[in-house]
Amino acid sequence: MTELTARGNLRSAAQGLCAQGLTVTAAGVTLVRDATFRLRPGELVTLLGPNGAGKTTLLRGAIGLKPCASGRARIDGQDTAHMVPRHRARRLAYLPQNRPLAWPNPVRDVVALGRFSHGAALGRLPGADRQAVERALTSCDLERLAGRSTATLSGGELARVHCARAFAAEAPLLIADEPVAELDPYHQFRVMDLIRDFVNRGGGALAVLHDVVLARRYADRFIWMKDGRIVADGPPAETLSASRLAEIYAVRGRVEGDRVEIEGPL
Amino acid sequence: MRIAFAALILACATALFAACLLGSTPMDVERVLAALTLGGDHGDRLVVLQIRLPRALTAFAVGVALGASGAALQGLLRNPLAGPGVLGISAMASLGATGALYYGFAALSAWAMPTAAIMGAFAGTALIALAALRTASVVTLVLIGVGLSSFAAAAMNLMMNLAPNPFSLADMINWMLGSVANRSLQDLGFAAPFLIMGLGILFAARRGLSALTLGEEAASGVGLNLRRQRLAIVIGAGLATGAAVALAGVIGFVGVVAPHIVRPMVDHDPARSLFPSALLAGLILVLADIGVRLMPTATELKLGVVAALVGAPAFVWIAMQRRSVHD
Repeated sequence: MTELTARGNLRSAAQGLCAQGLTVTAAGVTLVRDATFRLRPGELVTLLGPNGAGKTTLLRGAIGLKPCASGRARIDGQDTAHMVPRHRARRLAYLPQNRPLAWPNPVRDVVALGRFSHGAALGRLPGADRQAVERALTSCDLERLAGRSTATLSGGELARVHCARAFAAEAPLLIADEPVAELDPYHQFRVMDLIRDFVNRGGGALAVLHDVVLARRYADRFIWMKDGRIVADGPPAETLSASRLAEIYAVRGRVEGDRVEIEGPL
Repeated sequence: MRIAFAALILACATALFAACLLGSTPMDVERVLAALTLGGDHGDRLVVLQIRLPRALTAFAVGVALGASGAALQGLLRNPLAGPGVLGISAMASLGATGALYYGFAALSAWAMPTAAIMGAFAGTALIALAALRTASVVTLVLIGVGLSSFAAAAMNLMMNLAPNPFSLADMINWMLGSVANRSLQDLGFAAPFLIMGLGILFAARRGLSALTLGEEAASGVGLNLRRQRLAIVIGAGLATGAAVALAGVIGFVGVVAPHIVRPMVDHDPARSLFPSALLAGLILVLADIGVRLMPTATELKLGVVAALVGAPAFVWIAMQRRSVHD
């Protein structure tokens, strides 16, 4: 079991998330075919691929939110499809692509929902949960906004609230689907820094990104997807090339060392 | 917050007591207290224990059921316009109740009425929940509610059209208009098990409603069992609303308005809004029923009619306040 040490480091004996041969179909169409990947603690992986490549479907299938036609995914050896949602949530925090907030709750309450799997109820958080929420607020620089209604926040502030919500779970794994979509460059860096911090403390993070330059800057490993298949999986230096950009995105790009430049469509 | 909550409980108790106090036969506090503690004059006991108290308790129970159902449905559907009346659940329950009257089941057993109303409520809630699985749009759900209400109204009109005698016709109209007049403690007793079960389920499932604030996908991400949550709210709201309709017929809008008033006071947390919404809706109906009784009209106004007259404009106002960005 993973716990947080006094210094805020994630102590983990976890084996991470392990998906083998996942195939997901919907209405007769195969959205993801035979996908195999791993996410270990201590690494930041980005999942890259064009729109409609099946990235979100793969993530949903891997964490058991969507039934898989074949294959299986396990967290620390347990099948995600049959895991009790509460138990899964304690091991893996999930930040979906759509992040609606139905009510104008205070920031602190939204972050506290990250403790749902620990049995916390809003308004009367037990000490351990309250501390986790405060840590998450601090790490995302939200102390000043903690009492504000989410309806009054900017896009960048909201993105940090959602990150804090995910971090508050203090789960060893994080899956974030387009965490920096619709953010300005500064806030893209801020959110990625937060995820990097999480990984540096011992967590394992998988983030879907569309910005190859940003991904190159932060990721330890790339997983490339196209047409429902994983076409490459490895360190940026090995899997990122001009021909890969052409193959995946149909764009003309230049890759020199750790510098990436995208010049235009093919 | 705690003080407001205590004040609400106190207000409910006071209103219930006032309902025993006020009426066509004037009685002072001592006589009512004496009657409530099973002492005093025989006539007083009759008026207080057989007429006023059952009526006030029924109004309160109906309000509690509708307020809790409304708050829970709003949390589940993540929309302040949801409620048992708006979604057609009350109308379906009423259809069940009038059906029991029309076919004469109501005369056979005292359980027939609540059972039929609850079956109707279940049919309505199940349809709404089924639709909620397919669409995230609350507009669609409300439109389905309009359809359900229209269907229930048409079926009830058909039954009235074919009513065998004026007595059953009057009975049915009574149910459609909504009233707590002439209810006995026995009537309350037959609806109570369903009501208590429904409320119990809603309260047990309330924490999941907070998680749903994040949307369904993120809610299951933080560990909510979505299927179980939906089922619990649908069954809980169906039982509670069905029991309320079996007691009093259709009383609209109180289930929408009460949670709306409560929500800002509990930081917009649907879980914490459940209990205060139930109490506030109960309080509103007890007060409204006192008003109905005291109003110097030739025929007593029906509680359901008054609730709709006040509640419908409030509903429109809440709807106008909403910014379209939420859908």
